[in-house]
Amino acid sequence: MSVKVRIPTILRTYTGGQAEVTAEGAKLSEVIDSLEKDHPGIAARVLDDQGKLRRFVNVYVNDDDVRFEGGLDAATPDGAGISIIPAVAGGC
Amino acid sequence: MAVQTIAGNATTASVDLGPAVALSCRECGERFELGPLFACASCFGPLEVAYDLPTGAPEELRKRIEAGPNNIWRYAPLLPVPADVAEKPNINPGFTKLVKADNLARELGVTGGLYVKDDSGNPTHSFKDRVVAIAVEAARAFGFTTLSCSSTGNLAGAVGAAAARAGLRSCVFIPHDLEQGKVVMAAVYGGELVGIEGNYDDVNRFCSELIGDPLGEGWGFVNVNLRPYYGEGSKTLAYEICEQLGWRLPDQIVIPIASGSQLTKIDKGFQELIKLGLVEDKPYKIFGAQAEGCSPVSAAFKAGHDVVRPQKPNTIAKSLAIGNPADGPYVLDIARRTGGAVEDVNDEQVVDAIKLLARTEGIFGETAGGVTLGVTRKLIEAGVIDPALTTVVLNTGDGLKTLDAVSATSQATATIKPSLDAFRAAGLASA
Repeated sequence: MSVKVRIPTILRTYTGGQAEVTAEGAKLSEVIDSLEKDHPGIAARVLDDQGKLRRFVNVYVNDDDVRFEGGLDAATPDGAGISIIPAVAGGC
Repeated sequence: MAVQTIAGNATTASVDLGPAVALSCRECGERFELGPLFACASCFGPLEVAYDLPTGAPEELRKRIEAGPNNIWRYAPLLPVPADVAEKPNINPGFTKLVKADNLARELGVTGGLYVKDDSGNPTHSFKDRVVAIAVEAARAFGFTTLSCSSTGNLAGAVGAAAARAGLRSCVFIPHDLEQGKVVMAAVYGGELVGIEGNYDDVNRFCSELIGDPLGEGWGFVNVNLRPYYGEGSKTLAYEICEQLGWRLPDQIVIPIASGSQLTKIDKGFQELIKLGLVEDKPYKIFGAQAEGCSPVSAAFKAGHDVVRPQKPNTIAKSLAIGNPADGPYVLDIARRTGGAVEDVNDEQVVDAIKLLARTEGIFGETAGGVTLGVTRKLIEAGVIDPALTTVVLNTGDGLKTLDAVSATSQATATIKPSLDAFRAAGLASA
C-alpha cells in the first residue's frame, strides 16, 4: 500500500524540506515505520517513549482522525492521504 | 536551557514584545526564540510565552496599572506587547463590567457574593477581542500582512474588526453552518470570510495544513502560529477580576471550555498576580463548563482520566463546539489541582440559564454564557460549588449572536389591537 503523507513544518528537517512524502503500509504503524526508514528520527517525534502517538499530535487518514479509527492500527488504504498535524491549534 | 532557533521559520531575536523573552514548551520545557511558532519541535507540546516580569514593590506596580488606560493595555507590563502598545491602532478591548449579581445570587442561594464578568461589552461583543488584540501586536512584530483564524464565529468577527483597525488584510475560516448573526458580524468588517464544509475541528485542521503550505505564506493565524501570544490575552480576565474585586482573588470561578485555553490562562494570570505580590496568596477553585453535546473534557474529568478523547460535537453552544480541545489535559490538571471540577449541561439547561441571567440581571448572554451559568447552577445544587464563598461566573459573549437558541421561547407575550379594552382583556394590566 502506497500512501502520501503531509509533513508539518516542524518535521520537515527530517524530510529535506519536503511537505509531502510517500510511504508504505496497510496501517498507520506500518506507515510510520516506513517513514522512519526513509527519514530517520521522524518516528521519535511522532511517537512517545511507549511507542504511542504523542498526545499533542493529530493524525488523519483522508478526513478521519485516527483516534476514532483505532489509532496506530487505523487502516491506510492504497492511495490514502495522511496528515500529521500539531494538536495545539485553534480555539481559545 | 539554551534558546533554540528553528530553521525555516522566521524566528526573531530582536523583536520587541515587551516583557516576553522566549517561547517555552509546556511539556518538555525546551525554549525557542520569539517567533511565529506554536508547537515544540521536539515533542509537539504547546509553546507558551516566557517573561521577564516586573520586579520591585507590588504597590508601585499596582499604582502603575491603576493609572493606565481603561482597557487591557493597563496590564501591558504583564503581556507580550511593546510598551507603547496603547498608542497603536488596535481595538483596545477589556475592562468590562464585573456585575455584582445579587438577584441571581438570591435565586441560586449564593450568600458569599456572586459576580458576572460580562465580556459582551467588548468591541465585537465577546472575550475574543482580548486575545486578538494581543495577536495583532505579534502579527505586526513578525511582519505579517494577513490576519487569519479558524473560528466558531466570535473569533472571526474579532479578527475582522482588529485587522480593519490595524490596516491588515483578513481572511478567516468558519464552519459553513454557523449562526447567521455570527456570519454577519464577521463579514461586515470587509475581510474575506470563508465557510468550510465541515465542523470546527475540520476548519482547524484545514488551517493547520494551510499554514504549512506556500498558500499561507505571510499569514498570521491568530490561533495557530500566533497562538502562544494570542492565548495570553485571556490572562487579562484574571487581572481585571482581581483588580475589580479590590485586588483580591475570587474563591471560586466558573469558566466555559472550548479548547480550554481561556481556563488555563486565567489560572496563569492568577498565579502571576500571586507571584508579583499584587494579590494575597490564597486557595481558589477553578470550575470548567461544557455543553453535554460537546463534553470531552467533562467526560475525562468524571472518568478520572488525564487525557481527553475527542468527540463529534452536537450542541447549540457552537462557540464551545470543539470536539478535540487542545488544552484539555491542562484543564484537567488545573481543575484537580485547585479542587474544582468540570461539568456539563444539556441544551435545554443552557437555554434556561440564558433566560435566568437575562431575567435576574438584565444581561443577555450567548450560549456559552448559558453553559457556564447552567453548570454553575448544577454544581451549586450538587454541593460542589460552595454558596458561602465569593464566586465569579464568566459571560463570554453577547446573546445577540445566538438569537436562534432562545427565539422559540422568547416572543411577544400577546398581540392585541391598539385599544384599552383589548389590553384589559389580555390580563396584563397589573402584576
